[in-house]
Amino acid sequence: MKTISGKALKYGDNINTDLISPPQYLEKSLEVIAQHAMEGIDEDFTRKVRPGDILVAGKNFGPGSSRETAPIALKMAGVGAIVAKFFARIFYRNAINIGLPVLECPDVDKIRDGDELTVNLQTGEIINKTTNEVYHATPLAAPVMDILNAGGLIGYLEKTYGQK
Amino acid sequence: MGMTMAEKIIARAAGKASVKPGEFVWAKVDTAMMDDLLGPRVVIADEIKRLGNKIWDPDKVVIISDHYSPAANITQAEILKFTRNWAKEYGIGKYYEGLGPCHQILAEKGFDIPGTLMVGTDSHTCTAGAFGCFGTGIGSTEMLGVLLSGEIWLRVPETMLFKWKGQLRPGVYAKDIILRTIKEIGQEGATYKVMEFAGEAIEALSLDERMAITNMVVEAGAKTGLIAPDEKVFDYLQAIGADKGTPVYSDEDAVYSEVYEFDASQLVPQVALPHEVDNVVDITEAAGEQIDQAYLGSCTGGRYSDLEEAAKILKGHKVHPDVRFLVSPASRSIYHKALRNGIIEILSDAGAMVLAPSCGACLGLHSGILAGGERAISSTNRNFVGRMGHKTAEIFLASPAAVAAAAITGKITDPREFLQEG
Repeated sequence: MKTISGKALKYGDNINTDLISPPQYLEKSLEVIAQHAMEGIDEDFTRKVRPGDILVAGKNFGPGSSRETAPIALKMAGVGAIVAKFFARIFYRNAINIGLPVLECPDVDKIRDGDELTVNLQTGEIINKTTNEVYHATPLAAPVMDILNAGGLIGYLEKTYGQK
Repeated sequence: MGMTMAEKIIARAAGKASVKPGEFVWAKVDTAMMDDLLGPRVVIADEIKRLGNKIWDPDKVVIISDHYSPAANITQAEILKFTRNWAKEYGIGKYYEGLGPCHQILAEKGFDIPGTLMVGTDSHTCTAGAFGCFGTGIGSTEMLGVLLSGEIWLRVPETMLFKWKGQLRPGVYAKDIILRTIKEIGQEGATYKVMEFAGEAIEALSLDERMAITNMVVEAGAKTGLIAPDEKVFDYLQAIGADKGTPVYSDEDAVYSEVYEFDASQLVPQVALPHEVDNVVDITEAAGEQIDQAYLGSCTGGRYSDLEEAAKILKGHKVHPDVRFLVSPASRSIYHKALRNGIIEILSDAGAMVLAPSCGACLGLHSGILAGGERAISSTNRNFVGRMGHKTAEIFLASPAAVAAAAITGKITDPREFLQEG
């Protein structure tokens, strides 16, 4: 699969789903929900993010709700991939299922806000073009890559259940 | 090599004799639960039409409208109408609305069956673990896959064992057990894992209280929380005419990734300070913090025994004039029982506003939203920024008894102060 390039948007540990996708917007359309992505932690997020940017966070990104609007909002806002030390379980599955790549990397502390990154999903290699460093994320498991390669779980399901 | 309860349930659901942590399996789902918030309306309704438009087994699907019920505005009303009609259109006979938060209704309607695998579009589906049912939260797209195939891929999780020895002292509850446990391992301490609870303190708890524990395991990142089903579970299932399932138990030689031991008799009331569920201290350390609202309710802390314990504290007292004390029983049947037994009267006499059974206030959707800078004590499960309303509001999580005590004094208070009087 492809590589993703963009600048790093750096956040800390335990960024939960109420911060990523605040509950008061859940009754609105996905477009409106996406306009408020990350509002709980950074009100400027949707103005800062450019398509393909890479959200970099510390440990335990996405704890809390099963709301898929959290990864959907980030993807719709333009986030190309998320790199964190590790992810909360439901968020991780949801991100894969909606086709937003998520990589676990122990070296995220070396990445600074605004660094230009290129992420190779197949190998897990992350190149920091700003500092000329290379980091190694855990390569994605085969079933996970299959789903991402299909663009998410719906694309994957289409192979079996799609109208012929 | 022996297996844990979680491994046995997954092995059976996957049609295998045994499984090991780390293994990827496809498992057959016994119960698929959707709610109004993240159910059919998110992705599912549109996409299922393109993907064969057929649910694998409508009889195994349950839909519970609880988050937006009763509706606070037209948008919420439309969501409820949509969900209700969708259930009809797809032949889902098990549709419930206005009865209360889904995890309590799943228990009351007999879906928390020992030994089975349940998935739900709400993260607190882990509550079913109090019955020895492997319940876990999933997203809407993942639910779409389950609705089509009846299966889900799972990575077999490691199991952590939490042994609570001894007995809780008066004024200390299951809520304090789970807050203390989460404090110990942190909010990420059980990520990708299962939390199994055992020991005489757990055995002594009522099902109401056990559900408060398993409800909150997701706050430590766990996939589910399990308690070995015993006579209390079987008696309950029998009383409501539900399937007793095929209970499974962890083997003597089961392998746990970690084992923690606690002495329940040493535990004192706990409170989670804003804005993280693992930001837990002994309540005495937070005593005196002023609050504007006290909330007793939800799938964590609105069950019958919760209302009963709150009533013991509130009997003969009045709610502080500067405090709004909101009570939302976790189901209509709990409300009814509490009404019949005089519990509601005690709460109302004290000055409680009794609300519909709903998820509303817990996540700031309706019925008790906090304004900027306001502070609440709540018997619910999350105190994240913006959870119950304005992002500058602050939430303290504690037991129903501690909520009742704070409602009287207007500040965080050790509930044991009120129990000593009687």
